[in-house]
Amino acid sequence: MTAIITVIARYLMIVLIAVYTLQSFTVFRKKTEAERQPVYKSQLVEMLLLHFIAYVVMYLHTHDLLLIFYYIAQITYLTATMIAFRMIYPKLSRLLMNHMYMLLLIGFIVLTRLDAEKSMKQFSIAALATFLSLLVPVIIRKARFLRNWTWVYCILGAGLLVAVAVLGSETFGSKINFTIGGVTFSPNEFVKIIFVFFVAAIYSKATTFKTVVLATVLAAAHILILVVSRDLGSALIYFVVYMSMMFIATKRFAYLFGGLLSFSGAACAAYFLFSHVRVRVLTWTTPFEIIKNDTSQLAQSLFAIGTGGFFGSGLYEGIPNTIPVAAADFIFSVICEELGTLFGICIILICLGCFVMFAKTALQTEDLFYKLVGFGLAVVFIFQVFLTIGGGTKFIPLTGVTLPLVSYGGTSLISSLILFAIMQGLYILNQDEGESNENVQKQIERSEKRA
Amino acid sequence: MSKSKSNGQKKEHKKQTGKNREIVVLTCFFVGIFLFLIGYLIYFQVVRGEEIANSPYNRKRQNLLAEKVVRGEIVSANGEVLARTIVDEDGNETREYPYGRMFSHVVGYSLNGGSGLEAAYNIRLLRSHSFFLERIKNSLTDTKNIGDRLVTTLDTGLQTAAYDALGDNEGAIVVMRPKTGEVLAMVSKPDFNPNNIEEMWDYFTSEEGENDSSLVNRATQGLYPPGSTFKILTTLGYLKQNEDQYENYEYVCDGHIEVDGEVINCYHNTAHGTLNLRRSFALSCNSSFVHIGLSLNRKQMNSLCNSFLFNRSLPIVLPYSQSTFEMDQNMTHEKLMQTVIGQGDTLVTPLHMAMIVSAIANDGTMMAPYFIDHIENDSGDVVKTYKPSVAASNLLTEREAQILTDFMQDVIEEGTATSLKNDDYSVAGKTGSAEYGEEKGNSHSWFVCFAPASDPEIVVSVIIEGGGSGSDYGVPIARKVLNEYFYGTD
Repeated sequence: MTAIITVIARYLMIVLIAVYTLQSFTVFRKKTEAERQPVYKSQLVEMLLLHFIAYVVMYLHTHDLLLIFYYIAQITYLTATMIAFRMIYPKLSRLLMNHMYMLLLIGFIVLTRLDAEKSMKQFSIAALATFLSLLVPVIIRKARFLRNWTWVYCILGAGLLVAVAVLGSETFGSKINFTIGGVTFSPNEFVKIIFVFFVAAIYSKATTFKTVVLATVLAAAHILILVVSRDLGSALIYFVVYMSMMFIATKRFAYLFGGLLSFSGAACAAYFLFSHVRVRVLTWTTPFEIIKNDTSQLAQSLFAIGTGGFFGSGLYEGIPNTIPVAAADFIFSVICEELGTLFGICIILICLGCFVMFAKTALQTEDLFYKLVGFGLAVVFIFQVFLTIGGGTKFIPLTGVTLPLVSYGGTSLISSLILFAIMQGLYILNQDEGESNENVQKQIERSEKRA
Repeated sequence: MSKSKSNGQKKEHKKQTGKNREIVVLTCFFVGIFLFLIGYLIYFQVVRGEEIANSPYNRKRQNLLAEKVVRGEIVSANGEVLARTIVDEDGNETREYPYGRMFSHVVGYSLNGGSGLEAAYNIRLLRSHSFFLERIKNSLTDTKNIGDRLVTTLDTGLQTAAYDALGDNEGAIVVMRPKTGEVLAMVSKPDFNPNNIEEMWDYFTSEEGENDSSLVNRATQGLYPPGSTFKILTTLGYLKQNEDQYENYEYVCDGHIEVDGEVINCYHNTAHGTLNLRRSFALSCNSSFVHIGLSLNRKQMNSLCNSFLFNRSLPIVLPYSQSTFEMDQNMTHEKLMQTVIGQGDTLVTPLHMAMIVSAIANDGTMMAPYFIDHIENDSGDVVKTYKPSVAASNLLTEREAQILTDFMQDVIEEGTATSLKNDDYSVAGKTGSAEYGEEKGNSHSWFVCFAPASDPEIVVSVIIEGGGSGSDYGVPIARKVLNEYFYGTD
């Protein structure tokens, strides 16, 4: 009986997420926010159903009563925080909110499947952080001084990175974490956001050549610290984020190409200087030859995806725990193995949907500082998604970063939630400005029509 | 950006839209790479997924499938069972091979890591595409689904003929269709009984067992010097360089040739007298071919052989050895003289030799050998069909193919394989005896051929280790296989 339910659930979950994904794009065919409300509601239903089905299957396989408790806790959390968000910020983007919860719920499901204990830890952190993130949009609106703290961001960010480089413990050859009183932090995850604020602050003041040189030198310093602590994935993210923000601020293609050129040079240098970079490239080009001597993470990840196929094996029908760091860096492979590559593609599209919403928000933001912050964070988010999914599927060399909101890891989760909250803050800011400008806009339109 | 300063209003407007152009550009860029990523994922699943899932390093997941599925059957082209799984009352499964040793290498075994088609299509045999109601019923009653069935291109009649013809000799036979690449028979000896592979395993993994090499599929993994069968390629190289003058070729053979103190003898030191190219080929005159070889452009000959997949990977699913060939400017005369008559460092597998002959029979297109016609579920509904695919094309022109076919027919009409002459079907072939080892006189017996010469249907490649001349051993064995194909048994 369990087997048949698992099979049916497998297809049902794919259908649910596919419909959800489709709606997150077709919703824009409706012109007003009011018309879009029913679509958001149906997305919510799909999300809850998917979560419910997954827990039913998992319960049938484990007969662990704890899962019922998990399920109730997660639903309570979802209801409570969702209501709180909507009460305090009636103008927030419901689509973005849906996406955030969808990714979180998928993360809870997959983590419960992999390791119930980790899932509980992740859930507690998520609950706490979501409530805290309720404050963020207010801060965005009220704290006009945020743009003046250029040097605070720079010193705080670079300082934290240096601290990790010096005091951090080594995992998989990179220094990313350090542990205080039994709790492990990856300050890196926060520094990403601080870094975006730093670049936005410096470029919102001026875009002269002098500023560009100064900003580039300081950004390069950040990146260099990361390279020294061998956290190449993060170094790459910082680089791409900086280049994107500089390009938007200066509007100069020449800077963009100059940056890319110097990057190619740096990448070649890194290849010859660091043996672990060469190993990464080697495992990327020949994952199956490497496996003969050593269990290659990438090969295990590809086996999982290849064996799972488009529809997946079904929950508990695969062996995702054979993939090293399954819960963090390779969570996408776990999803593909048991829930199917189609499910995985829907997750990619949902992430892409978030990114497009972020970019749209940045586009509509009038204030240059917030515009830069908005797009900088959009790139932080999407590029990280690209690195983790692309790396785990052999599309690009592996860099070992997490999938925002889905992967296991407290700091990553908190920073992702803050990121979403900041974007909501910007979105709400735009809505308010839009409203006050609406009348003016209408007048302009009328005068244009007459002309 | 804008050079027009006259129209201030226009400039203002442009600035307005240009304000966010950078964001739009970057957004499109990121959306673009994600579309690539999704496209790649789909490609990965469609094209590479199965092959990766079937990797021998992915056994854990494959074994997981075996817990839910009774391994599927492997059957011949005419539906006779080559491998099946018997489930007894207690649910114990035994893999059974009704033909015993006959298909031991090509079908292989499923235990101990597997071999042959059993390993190459392991995951296919462990997937079930049974009717979905059946599968639902099975999951309700907690019974295993029946795995998919591999329908091979192998012909039990030809396999039996080839197996019997090879007798107690060590060696290999490959029979394939030149126009499609379907492998009809593949025999390698010494062989083993896949039904008791488990009991024999300790022996096979012992030092003694490894030396007896029974588990090696000589047809795909055995590397042998090609001997005189290589003269097919030497002749082709000469044809390509002397398009219009090849008919004027003349050579007087006195039983040996000497260049720079290096002597090559003809077989049994026979003096063949005055020869043109056709007679040199039919009589397999070593001296004449050394004479030809010395005139060849080495670079061209080297790339010709590479185009025939020497030193290249072969498009087949079974484990194989790569054939080797080398010819360059720095080569000594001694090496060169050896190489053009198929000795020296050149090594080839029986299957690759069959592919080379197939390319001639198929007017210059070499088809990739394949073993599986289609995969079906337990009730016979087709799950996946395999289509012929090209391994290498434009290897030779139609005219060159015609000339070589003529020459190869002469080998049967009045050359080294006259025992194959008959009234019913015409054969084009080439004999070979490939010397091996330090000692003179030890040689493998080769024979490669296709028939009917006018419209080739099958290619046969035979090697008998230590068998001596191709005429004496290879030809009669090939004849038994050809007779089976054209007359059938009974």
